[in-house]
Amino acid sequence: MRRYVWLLIALALVIAYPLVFTTPFQQRLGALVLLYAIAASAWNIVGGYAGQVSVGHVVFFGCGAYAAMAAYAHFALSPLIGIPAGIVFAVLIAAVIGGPTLRLSGHYFSMATIAVAELARLIVTNTEYLGAAVGLSGPTVPRNVFDLSFISALPYYYLFLLILIITLGITWWMTNSRMGFYLRAIKDSERAARSLGAPASRTKLYAYMLSAGLTSVAGALYAMMFGFVDPESGLGILISVKILIMAALGGAGLLFGPFVGAAILVPLEEISNSLLGGKGAGLTFVVYGAIIVLIARFQPGGILSLINRLWAKRRAGPIEEKVAEGASHAS
Amino acid sequence: MTFTLVQVIVGGLLLGAVYALFSSGLTLVWGMMNVVNFAHGDFVMLGMYVAFVVYTLLGGGPLVGAPLAMLLLATLGVIVYFALIRDIMKGPMLAQILGTFGLALLLRYSVFWWFGANFLSLPENLVGGTFDIFGIRIQASRLLAGVVALLVTLGLHLLLTRTTLGSRMLAVAEDATAAQLMGIRPDSMQAVAWAIAAGATGLAGALIATFFYIVPTVGETLGIVAFVTVSLGGFGSVPGALVAGLLIGVIESLSGYLIGAVYKDIVVYALFLGFLWFRPQGLMGKT
Repeated sequence: MRRYVWLLIALALVIAYPLVFTTPFQQRLGALVLLYAIAASAWNIVGGYAGQVSVGHVVFFGCGAYAAMAAYAHFALSPLIGIPAGIVFAVLIAAVIGGPTLRLSGHYFSMATIAVAELARLIVTNTEYLGAAVGLSGPTVPRNVFDLSFISALPYYYLFLLILIITLGITWWMTNSRMGFYLRAIKDSERAARSLGAPASRTKLYAYMLSAGLTSVAGALYAMMFGFVDPESGLGILISVKILIMAALGGAGLLFGPFVGAAILVPLEEISNSLLGGKGAGLTFVVYGAIIVLIARFQPGGILSLINRLWAKRRAGPIEEKVAEGASHAS
Repeated sequence: MTFTLVQVIVGGLLLGAVYALFSSGLTLVWGMMNVVNFAHGDFVMLGMYVAFVVYTLLGGGPLVGAPLAMLLLATLGVIVYFALIRDIMKGPMLAQILGTFGLALLLRYSVFWWFGANFLSLPENLVGGTFDIFGIRIQASRLLAGVVALLVTLGLHLLLTRTTLGSRMLAVAEDATAAQLMGIRPDSMQAVAWAIAAGATGLAGALIATFFYIVPTVGETLGIVAFVTVSLGGFGSVPGALVAGLLIGVIESLSGYLIGAVYKDIVVYALFLGFLWFRPQGLMGKT
């Protein structure tokens, strides 16, 4: 019960944020945090819950971004129409990549996803229809509200919040369904899960496809907010990296982990970029790299799992403490 | 036409030998401790920058630059092993991938921050001129790089198969616990493997720096080349990496020449995916 009270308080704070912090920079920052939280939460389904580390999620992000912009640029439709098309492309690509590679061990999957992302970027860079190296632009002057082109970041903020809640809702529903139990079993020991009859390859593939579809929505929203997409902003490997790091820093495999990670890293990046200017871009990724190395070395579970553990320790007596510690190690 | 084609193939073989050299480091580490180093390409990039600094700022030639790059990178390899790999290799898959991937970012963007994003290149005549063999023109720098890389890769194979050190390393690769019971310290052997693997990348980087473009993000491309080579040659096999490296060098050069320079990476990446999907054990690997 207490959990829900905390959840409601957190939700109220998130809803109130742009009303309290009203400068364009702060509102834009808030919207970006939510946007990356959507993408990282989507990644979390396959990377966290299924334990398959995709380093090429930007492909799905790009599917959404390019579909939304192509809907406008080629058919003069609202970028919103591109969202379902982007989802279809992303899910199909996920099925094609995931089918053969998810049967192999984890490393192969990670490498295959990098190669697919780079392949997609190279192909799009050489495809005239998708704007080649220049990219595609969205509506410069909104024709109506469905063009989703606003000057203020406020409408984006609440739109992204809605989509984030839906994404987390789907994730929560998944973890409590049969699929969630299969995934947890597979993550602990794929061999044991298989021997008990859990359809491991198929479950991982479904998780990957679900994750891909949701990531493409994040890509479409990103393109709408910025009004354009090019190979670097829509398919650059660094976007995959950001998504992955946010989820891992907050806590991969935890419902709110990606949101926590995004809430830490997005402001860090925006502030360091605005303070250091062009030189800051390089330094930001140096810091990102250092953070990932440190998480991997000392706290693979992420910040949220560390907090959970400390919390459990504080509340539990001396005997339960050991149990709580054991449980958090197992999870 | 035929002369040009032969020239393209020879160029591909020479570059392929360098691919084979740094890929054999990746395959060694992977085969021995089942860790995939996602920073491998960035180690090569570091080797290139060490060489660049030696060649331009310190005025040394490849005779100074190449051994120095090898030594510095080997040291880095040992440091990385003890500071990071030793702990994360026992952890979950996510930690392994994150650890080396984070290292890649750290190295890549430290160089980016320091040297900037500009393409650097060394003067053409650093390693003198071009040879003309039966009408085939070969740059001396490429010839030097290819031949040295080929010899060192073969030497590495001999080291692993014909020496006591090699046998010890293979014993650790086979079963670390059993090796420990025989009086071999897995820790030292694995550190040696990292030194060799990183040293190979340093040497390879210094060798290609004389004719390749030098840019902080070059490691990304070279890392994928190493993955392709290793997956083609079979994980853990140095001879496999040699054959696969030469093959990829030729395929890349030929597709660059026949289809267009833009498409050569596309061909290599597509080849990689094809192999992962249809023959993950590689050309020479066992099922």
